[in-house]
Amino acid sequence: MEHGCSGRKYGKVWMAMILAASCSAGSGCASGSGDAEPALKAKQVADMLHAVMEADRTAYTREVVNRLVKEQKVQMMDPQTKEAAPLRASEQWKSEHGTLPLPAQMFRMGAEAVAEKKAGFTYALLSKWPVNKQNKAKTEMEMQGLDRVATNAGKAPFYGVEKLGDQSYFTAVYADVAVAPACIDCHNGHKDSPRTDFKLGDVMGGVVIRLPLGGV
Amino acid sequence: MVVKWSWIGLSLCTMGVGTFLSNRLTGEEKSVYLPGETSHGHYQIEAKCESCHTERNEVASDACLACHRQELEDADDSHPPSKFLDPRNASLIERLDARRCDTCHVEHRPMLTNAMGVTLPDDYCYYCHQDVGDERPSHVGLEHDSCQSAGCHNFHDNRGLNEDFLEQHMGEPTTLPRARLPLRVRATRSPLSAADVDVPVEVRAAAIVAEWERSAHARARVNCSGCHGEKPGVSPSATGDGPCIECHSKQSEGFRAGHHGMRVAVGLPAMRTEQARLKMTERSAGRELNCRSCHPAHEHDLERAAVDGCLECHADSHSLAYRGSPHDLARQAELEGRAPEGSGVACAACHLPRVAQQPGAPVLVAQHNQNDNLRPNEKMLRSVCVHCHGLGFAIDALADASLVRRNFRGRSARHVQSMDWVERRRKARATRSGDE
Repeated sequence: MEHGCSGRKYGKVWMAMILAASCSAGSGCASGSGDAEPALKAKQVADMLHAVMEADRTAYTREVVNRLVKEQKVQMMDPQTKEAAPLRASEQWKSEHGTLPLPAQMFRMGAEAVAEKKAGFTYALLSKWPVNKQNKAKTEMEMQGLDRVATNAGKAPFYGVEKLGDQSYFTAVYADVAVAPACIDCHNGHKDSPRTDFKLGDVMGGVVIRLPLGGV
Repeated sequence: MVVKWSWIGLSLCTMGVGTFLSNRLTGEEKSVYLPGETSHGHYQIEAKCESCHTERNEVASDACLACHRQELEDADDSHPPSKFLDPRNASLIERLDARRCDTCHVEHRPMLTNAMGVTLPDDYCYYCHQDVGDERPSHVGLEHDSCQSAGCHNFHDNRGLNEDFLEQHMGEPTTLPRARLPLRVRATRSPLSAADVDVPVEVRAAAIVAEWERSAHARARVNCSGCHGEKPGVSPSATGDGPCIECHSKQSEGFRAGHHGMRVAVGLPAMRTEQARLKMTERSAGRELNCRSCHPAHEHDLERAAVDGCLECHADSHSLAYRGSPHDLARQAELEGRAPEGSGVACAACHLPRVAQQPGAPVLVAQHNQNDNLRPNEKMLRSVCVHCHGLGFAIDALADASLVRRNFRGRSARHVQSMDWVERRRKARATRSGDE
């Protein structure tokens, strides 16, 4: 069973569901607080987590990848040919000399490290037009969320509740916007990209944050 | 009276069985307790049950990673457990729980164990990737078990098989114009000589000093006391590999991670040739594996270690076919000065390759875990083969088991299509961008 709606327009039905669901300890709910607190906390926690993720992601994309690759056009010496080669971000950064992780990979490394810590929440970067097909929407809620943030141009997040396996989750989807030329150049030019007409400021996908409900 | 003797007999029998089982429990021979033959990867340490099992006889959750974590990290594992911790992958986990090693690798199941110790049927990729044809029309209609058996994909390590790497190496010739393996970094300081020997005259042996003087140790200014310490007359061999490890910790780390040193790594006596499942030479019977098995003290002839060190023991068909093989001929040419340095290919060149710790970093040590790039053999592509050969040629060569057994005498009878498909995709992209 899945329910979702935009952040600004969530209605009584959705509120009732969230209020009924007790937050897990990992979502930051204070024990002993009133019934209305847990639901609000889940949304607030998701918003706060996303604020950090978005800030870090934007900083890495703009100030590291875009600055070094696009603006400064840094050159690296190839250790084998001894010739200068432009610094670039590469999907194969681990096995290639002088390359940076792609911003999406940087984001995923953080997400996987958090999941390994069992920090009480998970997050992922997904898209309706993913370069890596593992990052396309799988659940109904992800599809709804990605559609919503794409059509409202990222003006409001999408919130909902979904059940995956035996566990219910408070799921929040936030727009992922092209913040630098590096984003659109890479996606528009990538051999596996299903969409090649991105412009700066376009919604390219969404950050999905999940908080388990009702205990884990 | 009969009853009395029966009791005595029963008691003696019980004591005998008890003593037998007790000895088996505390000794190294534990086959009576094994639920089934241990796989090739782990049989050497089967006597050390606690390496994998808890006191309750369960498999410890991190037992596998205690030995294999670094290898998987270095391989940029394509299916790390962390990828499957996200609840959005719950449906994938229902099909194949990739969070656990023992989903695919169950020990003591010889009848179910396939290559790489995998105990699932060979079509395990299909469990999750059955829609691959939607994105890759070239893959429509392929056999479900062909993903990893056709030489195209591995579950963990795809560093030498990913599309970007294939595309970078498109159109290369069979042998590259500058076919050279990475060279070892040599000590550049002024070497020590016989005059510098720091042991008393009465314990010096002229032949040993002469050997040492020609060794890398003398070149690196490692004097007698460097290994013998304060007791120059005492052989450091009495204390095992200790003196070696003090300086060669990286090599030792690799040695202990592979089949040569894994017994020592878990606290068992060193591997002996008669314990090997692979075919060994008769003359090597009784030999123990330690640093000096390949690097005799004082001699330190790395060229000898790189071939003879292997062939003195290994007698499988691939090893026996080395002498006179194309790789051996190239090595002979290099040793005789007819070919440039780095163009010859010793056993160790492929099996203990000189690899940089980071891409592009200088090569400081040889990988002493000879299993690191051995299985699946495509792992050898990136660390070894592409230094000298075109990638397409090398992929085909490694895919032909018969050619491998013949130590690459002749040409591959197999052709792996992955390079063709990447080329086709590249051309299609070029056509599309031209149209635009």
